[in-house]
Amino acid sequence: MTTPDAPTAPQTRRPLLELAGLRKEFGGRHGSVAVDDVSLTVAEGETLALVGESGCGKTTLTRLLLRLEEPTAGSVHFDGQDLAALAPAELRRLRRQIQVVLQDPYSSMNPRLTIAAIVAEPMVTHDPAARGRRGRRYTRERVGELLESVGLDGGIQDRYPHEFSGGQRQRVSIARALAVEPRLIVLDEPTSALDVSVQARILDLLADLQQRRGLTYFFVSHNLAVVQQVADRIAVMRQGRLVEVGEAAQVLKRPEHAYTRQLLDAVPVPDPRRGRRARVVAGGTGNAGGTGNVGGAPGPQTPDAGAGGGTDGTGGTDGSGGAR
Amino acid sequence: MTTDRPMTTDTPAAAGRTSAGPVLEIDGLTVDFRLDTGTVHAVRDVSLSLAQGETLAVVGESGSGKTATALSVLRLNPQPPAVYTGGRILFGGRDLLRVPDRDLGRIRGQDIAMVFQDPMTSLDPLRRVGVQVAEVLRHHQGLSRTDAHAAAVEALDEVGIPDPERRFRQYPHELSGGLRQRVMIAGALVGRPRVLIADEPTTALDVTVQRQILDLLVSLQQRHGMAVLLITHDLGVVAETADRVAVMHHGRVVETGDVLDVFHRPADDYTRQLLAATPRLELA
Repeated sequence: MTTPDAPTAPQTRRPLLELAGLRKEFGGRHGSVAVDDVSLTVAEGETLALVGESGCGKTTLTRLLLRLEEPTAGSVHFDGQDLAALAPAELRRLRRQIQVVLQDPYSSMNPRLTIAAIVAEPMVTHDPAARGRRGRRYTRERVGELLESVGLDGGIQDRYPHEFSGGQRQRVSIARALAVEPRLIVLDEPTSALDVSVQARILDLLADLQQRRGLTYFFVSHNLAVVQQVADRIAVMRQGRLVEVGEAAQVLKRPEHAYTRQLLDAVPVPDPRRGRRARVVAGGTGNAGGTGNVGGAPGPQTPDAGAGGGTDGTGGTDGSGGAR
Repeated sequence: MTTDRPMTTDTPAAAGRTSAGPVLEIDGLTVDFRLDTGTVHAVRDVSLSLAQGETLAVVGESGSGKTATALSVLRLNPQPPAVYTGGRILFGGRDLLRVPDRDLGRIRGQDIAMVFQDPMTSLDPLRRVGVQVAEVLRHHQGLSRTDAHAAAVEALDEVGIPDPERRFRQYPHELSGGLRQRVMIAGALVGRPRVLIADEPTTALDVTVQRQILDLLVSLQQRHGMAVLLITHDLGVVAETADRVAVMHHGRVVETGDVLDVFHRPADDYTRQLLAATPRLELA
């Protein structure tokens, strides 16, 4: 991630997903515009990360592209086909190529189904070979393979979700998404509910699967540090609009939009030499130097802060040279 | 055992601390949860000390015992299933694990206050937020309705809530998550506690709001000189706020020390793993 210009050139690749002028209004007297004129393309094999804070419209946008929600205006093309123009049966066939992994591995699977039934469900829906008596053996084999491909023991098929940890359940969710050989996977905050050590392993798994299977990821996240690890391109969303779209390195290191900079500045830095204290020194006056919109509560310049700041300034300078 | 290193004098933490003894001392705390399925040793022989004016962050993953430790200070772990099987928690010369409920009720909210992760569930949805802040003063300090009202408005103002008179009269659902958390902080600090326990205070918030709340906590701490016990899973939050850090794993403190030492010279394997797993935004 240190090279400013990654060799990936998604523009040259074929777009798998194209959103054009998407708009979604929610009605009522106090109607609101959740998604406002969003256009975006995602190339086959790339990871596009959609970043934004709560209420920015990222969930509505993903629901639009999954066709779980009808847009008020605009279109969604998948592999060149307009989703709105498809007959229900065609839409169903196409949907098989788009799968989704949700944030919460606890609420996104039926607690009364076995792991086998959960993972097989999309196959039963989409794949005639998985149905009927002969289908049972077929799905069992497939489910075993899928579980192993996400790093789980194939022998857990007859167990239930509550027997597994959050990370293991998220692996089951991923296996379920892979069951019908999709081309695009929408990952909606797939690691937000997980501990960091588990998150790291799930991110590794996703990267590995993408490479082996040529998957395209639409990765929704509020965590910019995670996004930096996974994204080829980043789209920043705010109040229903995309404020910035570009190559990941570009957006993170040379953000064009003030809101992107604000988001980046807000991320806590897991390095005490470069975090708040360093900023306090740079800003000069308490916490006012850190952010422009702290609201009230001006940071009083206490003797403590002054003394701390003095020594920390040197530490910060050393740190920027030596730190990775 | 823990690896508590001596403080070096050139750290900001050292400069920020007073020479007084610890305001809160947890000594050999052991908490079990006796469940139908067996006993969970949630907290195992944990010792921590918190000096006046300092922020001690307790960091760990889910199930590490960090929240059970924090809740023990005010005996807020549900009993049953929780059982305090060992240790002491010393505050003002008394062992909080053994003071009578009546006395503990006076200490809660007055001397030791708490802020939780989710302000939506810790505020009463049916009552105006200002009243909920004011009740701390009416309950603990016996202030009149008028005086408590005035003090609560001032407290809302101090935590950066614009137009505090108007906000005083609003209900929790009328406020954003960030404003609700400010209300919680106002309620916690209005009684001028000596210790604030903040359990994942920004985890439910957006990153820009988190930044504001962290800055607010730091500046209020500097102004009032209270000690903060910060519970978090986020090493970024630790690095930005804490003077010292204790890393918990499987109910034990595996490492404690100055935040600079622990981050840059971690002594424990688990600490190293945790640091390695934490995603970093590299903007250079």
